[in-house]
This record gives sequence, structure tokens and C-alpha cells, in this order.
Amino acid sequence: MATPVLEVRNLTRDYVSSGGFLRPAKIVHAVKGVSFTLEKGKTLAVVGESGCGKSTLARMITLIDPATAGEILIDGVPVDTRHVSREMRQKVQIVFQNPYGSLNPRQKIGDVLAEPLLLNTDMSAAERREKAMAMLIKVGLGPEHFNRYPHMFSGGQRQRIAIARALMLNPSFLVLDEPVSALDLSVQAQILNLLKDLQDEFGLTYVFISHDLSVVRYIADEVMVMYFGDVVEHGTREAVFGNPQHAYTQTLFAATPKADVGSIRARLAKKAALAV
Amino acid sequence: MPLLDIKNLTVSFDTSVGLFKAVDGIDVSVDAREVLAIVGESGSGKSVAMLAVMGLLPATATVTADKMEFEGLDLLKMSREEKRRIIGKDIAMIFQEPVASLNPCFTVGFQIEEVLSKHLGLTGREARSRAIELLQLVGINDGAERLGAFPHQMSGGQCQRVMIAMAIACNPKLLIADEPTTALDVTIQKQILDLLVALQAEHGMALIMITHDMGVVAETADRVIVQYKGRKMEEADVLSLFEEPKSNYTKALLSALPENAVGDRLPTVSDFVFEPAPGV
Repeated sequence: MATPVLEVRNLTRDYVSSGGFLRPAKIVHAVKGVSFTLEKGKTLAVVGESGCGKSTLARMITLIDPATAGEILIDGVPVDTRHVSREMRQKVQIVFQNPYGSLNPRQKIGDVLAEPLLLNTDMSAAERREKAMAMLIKVGLGPEHFNRYPHMFSGGQRQRIAIARALMLNPSFLVLDEPVSALDLSVQAQILNLLKDLQDEFGLTYVFISHDLSVVRYIADEVMVMYFGDVVEHGTREAVFGNPQHAYTQTLFAATPKADVGSIRARLAKKAALAV
Repeated sequence: MPLLDIKNLTVSFDTSVGLFKAVDGIDVSVDAREVLAIVGESGSGKSVAMLAVMGLLPATATVTADKMEFEGLDLLKMSREEKRRIIGKDIAMIFQEPVASLNPCFTVGFQIEEVLSKHLGLTGREARSRAIELLQLVGINDGAERLGAFPHQMSGGQCQRVMIAMAIACNPKLLIADEPTTALDVTIQKQILDLLVALQAEHGMALIMITHDMGVVAETADRVIVQYKGRKMEEADVLSLFEEPKSNYTKALLSALPENAVGDRLPTVSDFVFEPAPGV
């Protein structure tokens, strides 16, 4: 079997609040021993509600925050989370939820895209420029956008820019932290299509963090459901959606609004019965 | 006679580059005990239209309409004092960001009791017991202790419940909910939607749900208005809207739902050309 792109063993993160006089320090176990492996070209969706630890998990596998305990292996190589090497940094990139907050307002788009190359490679300015331009076109923007500032773009376009920036260093895998939840439905569809196209073209591997089950069902190969720092369910999309085992997963499915004609009919019938 | 009847509502904003029309000739009418959903994406003017009814728009906005009546009273010609007696009492609104729309400097008890004293003249112990009762109604059972809490001490879902308690304090005839669940988790969303629908049925209110979420529409509405760039694209009862949408925009919105994906790609809204449905 090929080496998995990402392997996580028993990853744990505790947050300790500083105590005071007569007040003991409080420990919050944000992530409690998560393990999984992810094959190349696949999408793992991490689902859960706010406070379940999914963003903490994302920050740990992006090597932004160190783990309290546990191991992360990228391309089979263990990572020292306290002293991350340059190579390791290049292997993982992240796209954040809010496209309005994740781009520097004073940086032109061309510079946004070229900066990862400037910091991590020895490419010449001309090469960096060429690569940035090519990536801009790849994510569906035009050469005329190269010298514009972030405020001149819509939310969907900014998210394209954020995705382009994340792909500049050819990472092994991409962490997408709620990439479409700040976008309108029609723009959301465009970004999801773009992510699928890029995955097909470059064989990308995604860790897709989301609370929206309909999006997850569309994009994921594997689904992991988190609840208060624990993984309560992990399986293929078909298994989790077809036959959810854990009570929390079932609650989550039951709470998701259903937009099909059958359920509308059922609701209206129930309402009519109550009104009589 | 409809409860709220608006004909040809136009709202424009004075901007540095000229007049911008946020709402362009929209008709809205709601009957008593009806749940109307207004759906649209950001910039469609769905919130602005309802803020115009409430009189909450900034001074740069110009509101014109052929008719804007609530229970036969003309909201456009009314004096500020007269309007203030209706807004907050007979027409109430809840907003998208529950934590941001409560005043952080006052306890939630104070804020609920303020509504009761302004509109119903309840004070002291009466106001307090009614406030506890209201909190109970919206599913906060330890109301007596919660009255002393500040908004930052409560979760988003609880703040939204407090907002709803304030809105229904005077038994309004019309409740306008502007994206009431957008900032909340799905399980909390479900609770809040169930609560709104239950309160609507129990008190015989009319409810206007402003939302961009087709799922929320499907779960709550009787009738739906679809808006795009300030214009009405379609109006239909909820079942026919989902079964056979008439305007291309509605078709586009429905097909962009990930659960309706056919094959590997989602159709996007820009694949369609939009004109209002015939007869709108």
C-alpha cells in the first residue's frame, strides 16, 4: 500500500487557562486523541458544531499550533511540531473561512500569490511572477486581476485567491476550514466546483472542515464526526450518510433542514392536521 | 384584507456615485397567521425592504411606495409618535446577530422589562414575572436567574432566545425574523426554527422569515417570495416553488443546492439568465 499523505496518531490538544489566587487553572481538552490516515487524492470531511475541536484539529495538522500529545506524519515522515522545518511547512497549506479577513488589504493579488514562493524558494522575480499569473488563471481569474487589491474583489473571488495562494507551493494536502460557509449559495457552488476540478487535475488531497452536511455529502470521500473533542464516527461517505451509528450523528442529520418536496409535503400535511 | 400590504416599494440609497436602488418596485403582502419567506442572496434587498417597514433605515435612504399599510393604517403618512406605538408592539423584528443586537451594558432582564414598560406599562414585580414567563416560553427554564445575566454570559443560541422573548413580549401581530438562525449551529437552528413556528401557531402571529437558506424556507414557510438584485423574481406557495419553480433564478438557486447535485458538478447561478417569472 502507498504511504498515506497524512497520518495522525492519537493527537491531543489541551488548553490551560491561567489560574489565580484561590482559583485553580482550568484545563479544556479541545481534542482528545484523534487518529486517522488520509490517502492521496481523497477528501476527508471533519464535521461538528462550534466548540467540538474541529478547528483546533485543523490548526494542529496545518502545523500552526503544536499538539499537546500525539504524532503527525506527512508523507510518512514524522513532524516535530515544535520546530517545523521549511520543507514541512511547504507540504501543508490552509484556506480560511472568512475571505475578507484572510487577505492583506495592502497587498496586491500578484504579491499575495508570489509571497509563498519568495519565502520558501529561490526562484527569481520573473519566475515567481510567471507562476503566480498561471495560478491566477487556473483558479478562474484573469491576468487583469494581477495588480488589484483585495477590496476590489467579491467574496467568491477572494476565496479563489486564497485557494490559489494555498496551491502555490504544490502542497501535499490542503486544509479547508469552512471555505464556503461565508459565501452565497450560487458562489458556494462555483467554489465547490473549482475545488473538485483542481482535485481531479492535480490529484490534491483535502481535509475539509465544515458544519454543513449537504456540502460534505457532495464533496467528501470519508467523513469524520466530532463531538466535544472526540471522534464519534468515522467512515466512508456512504456508510456515514447511509447508516449513521452514533446518536450524535443521527441528531445532526435530523436537525439539518431538508429541502426536498417530500419533506415539505409531510410538513404541510402535519400542519394542516394540527390546524383542524 | 391582508395584515401588511405593500405596493411598489422602492428603496434607494444616496451614494457618492449616484442613487443606488436596493429595492426596486416590490409588492409584499402577508395575511394574519401566515408564514411568508423572503429568499435571496446577499445584496438582493430582502432585509432592506423589511427595515423600511420598521423605519430602521439610515437617513441616506429614500423610501417610496404606492401603498404601505398595516391593518389598514398608512405607515408612510404616520407621525413618528404614532409609528413608535406600533413598531415593537404590533410589528416586532429579530435580527441576525443575536449577540450584537443586545445591549452589552444591560442585563437581559432589564432589556426585556424595558419593552414591557414602554408598550404595556408593566413595571416592577409585574414586569419581572412576565419576563420570567417569556423566557420560559422561549425555552429558558431558569429565567429568574437568567434575568440578571449579561449578553456576554450567554451562548449565541440563548441570546437569540432572549431576542425572540423581547420580540414576542407584546404579542405582536407580525413578527419579522431577519436570518434568525444564520449564525447558529444546526441543532440550535432546529430548536429556534421549531420555537418560532410553534409560537407563530400558538399566538396566531404572521411571520416573515428573511433568509438565504432554501432549507429554512422548506422547513417553515407557507408562501415564498424570491428576490434578486432588488426585484421580485417569483412568488409562489412553498410546495409549487420547490416542485415547479417558474423563474430561472429560482431554478438556479435550487439546482445550486449541493444535495441536488446531478453527477459531479453543480450548476452555478451564472449558467442562467434571469427575468422575473411571468405574472410577477
